[in-house]
Amino acid sequence: MQTKRMTFSGKWLPYALLAPQVIITLIFFIWPSFQALRQSVYRQGDAFGIRPDTFVWFDNFKALFADPLYLNSLKVTFVFSVGTTLLSMSVALLFAVMVNRMIRSRDSYTTFLVWPYAIAPAIAGVLWWFIFNPSIGIMPYMLDMVGYDWNHRRDGNDAMIMVIIASAWRQISYNFLFFLAGLQSIPHSLIEAAAIDGASRFKRFWTIVFPLLSPITFFLLVINIVYAMFDTFGVIHATTEGGPAQATNILVYKVYRDGFVNLNFGSSAAQSVVLMGIVIVLTVIQFRYIERRVNY
Amino acid sequence: MVENNRWGNFFAHVVLILGVAIIVFPVYVAIIASTHPPGTFVRGVMPLWPGTHAWENYTTAITEGRSRAGTPPIGGMLWNSFIMAMAITIGKLSISILSAFAIVYFRFPFRILFFWIIFLTLMLPVEVRIVPTFQVVADFGMLNSFAGLSIPLIASATATFLFRQFFMTVPEELMEAARVDGAGPMKFFKDILLPLSVTNIAALFVIMFIYGWNQYLWPLLITTDPEYYTIVMGIQRMVTGGDSEPLWHLVMATVVLAALPPVLVILFMQRLFVKGLTETEK
Repeated sequence: MQTKRMTFSGKWLPYALLAPQVIITLIFFIWPSFQALRQSVYRQGDAFGIRPDTFVWFDNFKALFADPLYLNSLKVTFVFSVGTTLLSMSVALLFAVMVNRMIRSRDSYTTFLVWPYAIAPAIAGVLWWFIFNPSIGIMPYMLDMVGYDWNHRRDGNDAMIMVIIASAWRQISYNFLFFLAGLQSIPHSLIEAAAIDGASRFKRFWTIVFPLLSPITFFLLVINIVYAMFDTFGVIHATTEGGPAQATNILVYKVYRDGFVNLNFGSSAAQSVVLMGIVIVLTVIQFRYIERRVNY
Repeated sequence: MVENNRWGNFFAHVVLILGVAIIVFPVYVAIIASTHPPGTFVRGVMPLWPGTHAWENYTTAITEGRSRAGTPPIGGMLWNSFIMAMAITIGKLSISILSAFAIVYFRFPFRILFFWIIFLTLMLPVEVRIVPTFQVVADFGMLNSFAGLSIPLIASATATFLFRQFFMTVPEELMEAARVDGAGPMKFFKDILLPLSVTNIAALFVIMFIYGWNQYLWPLLITTDPEYYTIVMGIQRMVTGGDSEPLWHLVMATVVLAALPPVLVILFMQRLFVKGLTETEK
């Protein structure tokens, strides 16, 4: 990794400059992660120290992957992440393509579309929870008119749809900005050339614009999966609390419940380690891709 | 425009106006709900036109909250959120710019190792190490304090990377000139590098402030004392802390107040926000 051609000399100064960042990282990031790794292979002793912690190899992991509740949580997380990612990305792409056609109104539409990013996931959850409230909400009222009986307190699918909408809603802004930036960097001459050759608008989009957007699409795919898996704790915690009947019990919510409410440290630590593995894989994918990022 | 398609443009406007309406709708409903008396929410469907109780609801929320259900007044929570967001933002910016300066402008043993340690923070969000991090903070006696709310969150790989990238584009001649004139590293940092970084700092400030304000899991873990509740996590207490149905008029007034500061930041600093967002993710 590079430095400047010419550097300052100083024996202690660079260490002093790095110290605050590195110390905080070691104390609050690296050390707890080691603890999680350690706890994941131990069975917790009792609180009185009569029975000490015992080393149990991978028992916690075996127990975890034999636990139907955990397998259910994996499945729920998968459906939730895919749903949130697809919904927010497809809506954002539609908006970006439409806004990109505009000349005078482009900035005003952008302003109207970016601000939900500022709203915390927990608040987004509460907002949609209110709209979908089975007794007074507007959506159940409208769905009732077409004969659908909405109740996310009883019906797991309803609850899942609600948390997906709430989580995707604020992420649309983010995806929109990146798609718009991507669309604006596509050379106009390419599109003109295709138009002269007689390609229809629809054909131009699928054969020129969309392939050129693929680096951004892939990048957003990773970012959105990370968002859906790790940043949506607030949506679940403030609204469904994982229910009804575990239908929205995503991994990060489960690891919190098992650690802080059920006080099952061994299992919680094993779940932490699994999550750590997932983040590491996603981060590596993201950075490898960025190295090879196509510039156009 | 390749070809001018009147109907196509009309159609695009229709899609966008509908889209904006759907995007805005939840917040519109919240604002409307926060202006109605509690009786409105007992039965029937939620109102879609403003009511007359805005003033009462907001003053109740700000000064009283739902004290009986253990939720403190919103005023205090807003203040806590502000302190936490500012502490996180300023903390992240200052330690990141210093580490980037060290990494770019010095050659010293273990430089790469330190860089990788900082990089690791990206792979270890709070969610994957919840219990042990809580234990560390508890051991330091930092539960229920602003130090506990902010310090564990201020390590930042993204900010460090952004500053590093920017410093690499600063012309070498500036530093050579400074050295010829006899300026030491800290003088160069303060008088040349910092002024050059102002736009980057401002863009990151916007992003980090929103990040800090919207923290949810972390305050939830380490605050048990209502004195230190922040507004975003406090809403959850308002929703579930009561007996049966939430007091929607107060909840929605709180939601509006909790969302307002970061939304205003985005609306008034849109350019910086977009710059910060697109550059931190590179």
